[in-house]
Order: sequence, then C-alpha cells, then structure tokens
Amino acid sequence: MKMVGPERRADAPVMAPQTPQRSSRPGKAGALLGLLPIGLVILLGLAITFALRERYHHRVLTLVLVWATMGLAWNIISGYAGQTSFGHQAFFGIGAYVTVLLIVGFRLTPWVGLIVGAVAAVIAAALIGFPTFRLAGIYFALATLAYPLIFRIVMDFLGYQEVAIPMMRTAPVAYMQFSDPRAYDLLALAALAGTLVLSHWVETSRLGYALRALKENEQAAEAAGIDTFRAKMLAYMLSAAPAAVIGVVYTHAILFVVTPEAVFGVLVIVQTLVVCLVGGVGSKWGPLIGSAIMVPLSETLDATVGDRLPGIQGVVYGGALVFVMLFAPEGIYWRVGALWGGRRTPDGFTDAVGTTPVTAPIVLTVSGRASVERGVPLLDVRGISKTFLGLQALDDVSFAVRGGDIVGVIGPNGAGKTTLFNVLNGFLPADAGDVRYRNERITGLRPSAICGRGIGRTFQVVRAFPHLTVLENVMVGAFAREATPGAARARASAALAAVGLESRADVVPGGLTTLDLRLMELARCLATAPDLILLDEPLAGLSRDGVDTIVTLVRRVQDAGISVVIIEHTMYAVVQLVDRLVVLDHGRRIAEGIPNEVVRDPAVIEAYLGKRWLRRIENNHMGGPDIVMGGPDMAPHTPRRSGHPGEAGPPLDPPRSGHPGDAAAPLDPPRSGPPGDAAAPLDPRRSGHPGEAGPPLDPPRSGHPGDAAAPLDPPRSGPPGDAAAPLEHPPVDPC
Amino acid sequence: MALGDLLQYLVTGLLVGGVYALMSIGLALIFGVMRVVNFAQGDFMMLGMYLAYFLATGYGIDPLLGAILIIPPFFVLGLVVHRVLLHRATGRGDPQRLMDTQLILTLGLSLIITNATTMLLTPTPRGIRTSYATKAFVVGPILMNQARSYAFVMALLLAGAVYAFLTRTDAGKALRAAADDPEAAGYQGIDVRAMHGLAFGVGIALVAAAGGLLATYHPIEPTVAVNFIVLMFVAVVLGGLGSIPGAFAGGLVIGIVQSLTLLVLPFQLQNVGVFVAFLLVLYLRPQGLFGQRLRAV
Repeated sequence: MKMVGPERRADAPVMAPQTPQRSSRPGKAGALLGLLPIGLVILLGLAITFALRERYHHRVLTLVLVWATMGLAWNIISGYAGQTSFGHQAFFGIGAYVTVLLIVGFRLTPWVGLIVGAVAAVIAAALIGFPTFRLAGIYFALATLAYPLIFRIVMDFLGYQEVAIPMMRTAPVAYMQFSDPRAYDLLALAALAGTLVLSHWVETSRLGYALRALKENEQAAEAAGIDTFRAKMLAYMLSAAPAAVIGVVYTHAILFVVTPEAVFGVLVIVQTLVVCLVGGVGSKWGPLIGSAIMVPLSETLDATVGDRLPGIQGVVYGGALVFVMLFAPEGIYWRVGALWGGRRTPDGFTDAVGTTPVTAPIVLTVSGRASVERGVPLLDVRGISKTFLGLQALDDVSFAVRGGDIVGVIGPNGAGKTTLFNVLNGFLPADAGDVRYRNERITGLRPSAICGRGIGRTFQVVRAFPHLTVLENVMVGAFAREATPGAARARASAALAAVGLESRADVVPGGLTTLDLRLMELARCLATAPDLILLDEPLAGLSRDGVDTIVTLVRRVQDAGISVVIIEHTMYAVVQLVDRLVVLDHGRRIAEGIPNEVVRDPAVIEAYLGKRWLRRIENNHMGGPDIVMGGPDMAPHTPRRSGHPGEAGPPLDPPRSGHPGDAAAPLDPPRSGPPGDAAAPLDPRRSGHPGEAGPPLDPPRSGHPGDAAAPLDPPRSGPPGDAAAPLEHPPVDPC
Repeated sequence: MALGDLLQYLVTGLLVGGVYALMSIGLALIFGVMRVVNFAQGDFMMLGMYLAYFLATGYGIDPLLGAILIIPPFFVLGLVVHRVLLHRATGRGDPQRLMDTQLILTLGLSLIITNATTMLLTPTPRGIRTSYATKAFVVGPILMNQARSYAFVMALLLAGAVYAFLTRTDAGKALRAAADDPEAAGYQGIDVRAMHGLAFGVGIALVAAAGGLLATYHPIEPTVAVNFIVLMFVAVVLGGLGSIPGAFAGGLVIGIVQSLTLLVLPFQLQNVGVFVAFLLVLYLRPQGLFGQRLRAV
C-alpha cells in the first residue's frame, strides 16, 4: 500500500464518483436554441428583402450578404483556427470561374455548377493545404498570398481575361438569371444561412474545440490528442466551400463578366478582411456585423463622391482597417460583448485549491482498450539518440517501464531529460533507436497519435489554452476519447474532480496559481485516459503543500493503474515516489535502478557534484553513501512518519512559492525567480560555492546547515521532528 | 538555345535584381528589427517613384540623383508613420496576434496610400524621360540597358552603405542587437522603441530610393506597388525572414528567376516562375536559402 500522503488527504475516503455538475448535455433542445439567433437573422434578412423597393438598395443588400458570407468562410480557417489566410479569394474565384466556364462550355446550369465549383474549391483547398500547413504563422500567411496570384496569372494566360455569362433568355431561372433583384437577395441569404449554420456547427463541435485549442497553443493541442494537421485541413476545406458558393452568387448577381482581377484580385481579400476585422474575428456574428456596417458605408460613398474621387472606397476601407487595429483590434462584436457583460475572468480568489481534500476517483474507462496489468512491460525505450546541430542531446538511451511503475528521470540541467520526453511523445524524431509501447513501435507517430494510444504528458512550463476556461482546457484532452462535447464535458468534469479543481472550472487560466495550473494540466492529461503519463517537472515552482498535493495525486494516479515517468529535481519527493530511477547526464544514461542504489552510484554523485566531491567522499570514508541517504532504512516509499511536516523542515524544498503573489504569474517559467531562491537541490550548476557546502550532496543553500539537511535525504528519514538528523555526520571538510 | 541568350537573360535578370535587392533589404530590415511584415512597403516605393518623377520634371534633377535626395524626407516619413501608427500596435497581447494586427494595419495603410494617390494624381501612368533609358552598353555579345545598369550600380552602393551602417556604426550595432533580442537589448540600455523607429525610417527610405532608381526605366502609376510588394516578400523569404544579406541575395535571385522564366514560358507567366520558386523555398527551406533566423514549424 503506497497510497499515503499528507494525513488530511490520506485518510479521506475514496468516495463514489460524484455526478459532475456540469455534465448536463445541451441535447437536442439546446442545439436548436443555439440555432434560434440564426433563424432570427434570416427572418430579418427576409423582411428587409421584401421591404426594399429600389433596385440599388437591393444591390447593396446583396453585397452585404455576399461579403458577410465570404467573411464567415474566411473566419472558419483564420478566425476559429487562427491560420491567417491572405489567399482565400482563390476559392471565391474557383467557384466563379468553374461555374461560368461550365455554362459557357457545356450550358451546365449554375445550380449544378455551383456544386461542382464548391467541390473543386474543396479539392483545391486540400491540394493547397497539404503542403502549406507544414508552415506556421507568418509563413503560412505569406504562402497563401501566392495562390490567387498564380490563379490570376494562369487565367490570364489561358485567355480567360473576360468571361461573360451568356444570356439564357429561354430559361433564365434555370441559369440563375433573374430580373427581380429580390431573387439575388434570397440566393445570397440562403448562402449566408448555410454558412451561419456551418459556423455554428464548427463553434459547438469537437472540431471547434480542436481549432480553438490549436490556435492558442498548437503543441499543447497536439500533445492533448488533437491531430492539429488534420483539424486545420478540415477547417480549410470547410471554409473553401462557402467561399466558392458565394463566388458563384456574386458573379451572377453583381459581376456578369468574370475577370481574374474581379474574383482573384486583392480587393476581394481586402473586402473580406475588412468585414471580419471590423466586426470581430472568431465568432459567427463578427463578419455579419462588419459587413452590415462597412458595405453600405462604402457603397454610399462610392455612389455619392465616387465619380469625383475614384478610390475613395479604398481609402475608407484602409482607414477602417487602421482605425480598427488601433482602437479596437478585437472588433466590434467582442468589444461590445466586453462592454455588455464583461468577459469571464478569474474572480480574484486567493485560497489554494489544494487545501480541499481530493476525493473523486480517477476515471479512466475507455471502451475497447485492455487495461494494463501490473508488472507487464509497457514502454520499452531502446537506444534512443538525438543530436541538435552537433550537440548530442541523447546518446543511446534505453530503459523500460512496466505497468504500474513510477519511473523517475533525473539528471543535471541539459542532461537531455525534456528532449527524451519530446522523443517519447513524438514532438521530436529520434535520430536512432526505437520506442515501443505495448509491443507496438510508436517512433515516428504524431504526438496526437501517441496520445491516442495512451501516453499523456505535461510540460515543464504549463501550456494552457489561455482563452479557454479551465473546463474547456480539460475538454480538449477529453476529446481524445469522446466524440461529442457533452460526453467530453462529463469526462473533463470528472478529471477536474479527480484533481480537486472543480471550483475553478469556469474561469480562464490567466489568474490561476502555479499549483492550479499544474493540476489543470494534469487533469487535461488524465482526461485523455492514458495508461502512461510523462510528467515534466510537475513540482517545479510549487510550495511544500503544492508538492504534497501533486505527490499524493501521482500516487493516486498510480493506484488507478496508470504508469508514470516523472522528471523532477525535487529530490526528496522523487526518491520517495518512484520505483525506479533513470539518471541521465550529457544525454547518456549513467545509471538505472531502484532509487536507494542509484543515489549511491559514484557515477551519479560525480554527475551531480563533480569528480572532486566523489574523491573526497571516497578518500574520507565519511560513510559516503550513508551520508547521502541518511541511513540504510531509507527505502523509497517509506511512509511519512512525521506527524508535523512543518517541523520536519523543508530540507530540500525550494522555498520559492512562499509568496502566493509570486506564484500567481502562471506562465512564469519555473525558476525564473531570484536565482538563489530557485535553485533545485542536487543541481551542480546552480550550486554557488560547493566548497562551502556541508554534506556532499548539499544544495546551494547550505549556508544554513540547520535548514538544509542532506539533499538526497527524504524528509521522513529521522524520527519525527528531527530535521537535522543527517547533520549528525560531520560535514566534510572542504579543505 | 544559344549560350549567348542564356547569358543575356542572366545579365538582364541580375541588373533588374539589383533594384529588387535594394527594396527587399528595406523590408527585411523592418521585419528583422520590428517583426512587422510591412504590406505598405510597395506603396512607399511608389511614392518614391512619384517624388523622383516630380524632382525630374519640376527641377530637372536626374532620377539617379533624385533617388539619393529623396532618402531624408522618406526617412522622416518613416519615423512619423512608426510613431503615429505602428508603435501604438506594439507591446500588448501575444506575439502572433500582434503580428496579425500590424500586418492588417500596414495593409490598411497600403490601401490608403494607393487609393489616395489615385485620387490626387489620377491613375494615368507616367514616365521619366532620360537620355540613357533607351541606350545600352555593349559588352561582347551582351547588351546592358544603361538605365538598368546605372540603377544596379546605385543599388549596390546604397546596399553597401546600409551594410556599413549596420556593421560599423554604434547605431547600426544597436539596431542589430534590438533585432536579435529586444529584451536583452533593452537591458543593455538600448531604446528598443527608438530602434524600431530607426529601422522603419531606414527601411522606408531604402525602398523609396529603390523606387527612384526603378523610375528611370519603369512606368509610374499608383497601383505599381502590388506587383513589387509580392516580389519583395518573395525575396525576403528566400533570404530568410529578417536577414539583410539574405534579402539582398534573394532580390538578385528573383531578378534572375524572373528573367530566366522568359526563356521557357511566355511573358505573361513571367511571375509564375517567381511564385513557384517562392512556394518551393517555403516548403523545402522555410528558414530561407541563406538564413536560419526563425523556425517555421
């Protein structure tokens, strides 16, 4: 029975699963409720359509609807997914050209041509996206610039500088040729309605969560099981179809003659950007608002002073872009929304969540996957090597994890620990070697695929999705196992309950403490229902209570049948927690075994403290390893005997999170505090004056011996309250 | 196809590329220091062309000299634009969104400049009549257009001056420091915001000068920017975003690719070669042919 932690939690009964509070599924009624505003907008559109009299006003209305639709299409890839595309008019133009050329060439009705055009645009999106999504951020944006330019040049070259839609006097309706301008309004309104529903579906679907997550932090999304490439491709293809359809409508309602400039030209994307940015990016209402404001404004200007001042439209659009970027870069929708209700923000709490007992069980049920038996080989790492520009980060590292094990990976800074994790979870390809998981080779798989197979991970610096609530952050992980938001919400709530963070479910991570953030990340990881979790320094920057909370949780994770590989500098915690230790130094595995033996290993002591210390230990026969371990009875997993943890003194705990205000900077990298403060025990690089130190493995703070104790000494070593026990051995005289 | 043809196209491409190189290093400097992709760069080039044109028609100043004279006013214009617009959009929010904000900001600026110029100066193309525009130096079998040759030499000189400024002067070194690591530069007492202004001013001045040189052989019209801004982007990406020598080399490469494309493709498809090269480089070496400053993925 290893399940022992600080008493207040140790004796808390493991209760039956609580019904998560927020697991109520929206259901059919909820989904319909979400569509209600769309219905209202369409009704409004219909009302306006039939209220307007003048032909010119109908033209303006059609344009409003066209650009709103185009903006919504762009918004799917660039708003929801955050992949700024400067070439979205490519699909607009493809729709227009395909349809018109089919009429000219085959007399194919545009009602069918529209579908052909949309399919062509989706295929083009797949062909463009496949290579282009290898690029990120600004590179993607710049690359998308090139595609419509290429289409434009090619259309010019093929002799399609001007393609007029042939007049079909015999069957005008079959060829989308109406004399009543209201017909075009209705056509555009139908396209808008379809695109609004599509946007609504994206916003509320699993894909929508995936897109928002990858927009915020692509690596974290990938590690939480989202195939970001697939999600982006899907969004891109989804956004191409409405762009093509509205291109067809625009051609028939407004253009009548298709030119490369008119459909592939810069003004198309500028118009799209303007309506989206003015209205607000990332919501289905933004483009609609932007279009309803900007299009009538520019058309009015064009009609009144356009003759005398050609280009006034461009100046107004340019001015609108500049104005919006300077004064409301988030757009009208979000700005008004913020004024209206105030965004969800943390409510300024100060109490640490970890003070409430954690009682909910860790829920990991996944249908269709065998549970891991204890002691069965689970992860087999064979001869992994990785080189960065001549730096050997990992050199032939091998080790194994069996079911139910907790394996610690320790080593000085730069030893290659995080690189090892990055190889294990697929962020980095290994130069050589092989990782097998449940007898399957996982080297070369995407991180999301590795996550899907049951390996979760957390990061050294917590990677949250800052604009998602804590619950949504965890839901992103839950989608690895669930297809619907409702089920994912239930799984995420259970995971939050398991780490004791339910009370923070509805806040954004911005104001969470370091501990809460780590709990959230752990919950996100657990929500993916892993068999094995990789924890990268989960204790860094935590107070003693925080360390206890996490250590207890890791034990509970283990009790739930999940294996753990943990990188940690907080030595006392590692030594009491793990079953086996792997020690890395300069990318090589220099030791592996049970903690008790590993910490006595001369190679390990040398790696941490250098040859000089090793020689001293050997020469002086100062009990050597006994000093290090504080006595032979110090087996790992010794239950904490001290009834007064505070009294035992925090021998090795970096005292940095003593100031809650300090810890409140959630994205602060651990150890960014004052250097002396942040020093992790056993790290020779941070040890200021080794000569000053007492026992061989003493941390840098050993200026105060009473405070320090022996670094590798688990705090429960001595009798209760006897914090200074290790110092019974006289310190090695450095001279 | 004769080797002579090939050589002729190469030389023509190189001469054109010299001016591309000059305009591209302006863009690269701005991106390198400020991390701003300046969409309005082509429009400042267009304004430079017009100023050179008015200097030539109004005061009889040769555009080759005019290209030098317009540097100070455009430097000041750059400082003002930075102060009034860009610096308001720096420093808040996360870098990716900030970058989008600035990108859109400069896109808006570009629209304003293009269309305001159309309003004020009419869309009619203009040209500067110079005695050397239609003449050519004859070097063996190769013809070298005199205007392009002079522009090429001037572009090289100006680029050399920029390089000397960046590597030899304190201000230039401070600029590079601010580009490499704004935070560390700030700790060393470098006023990073002032460096941004300096970079924007110099970048604008360079592209305006390139516009002046271009005006010796290229028609001047308000919409000329569109064609060149894309070429500049391509050059800067080829050279590795933000690298000045890379952008210079990238500009030369673009000129040569453009010219050589004519050997195999008809004139209208001249820029297809450039875009294909652009996409190939983005896919295969997103860090650029020469640079490795930023990682794409």
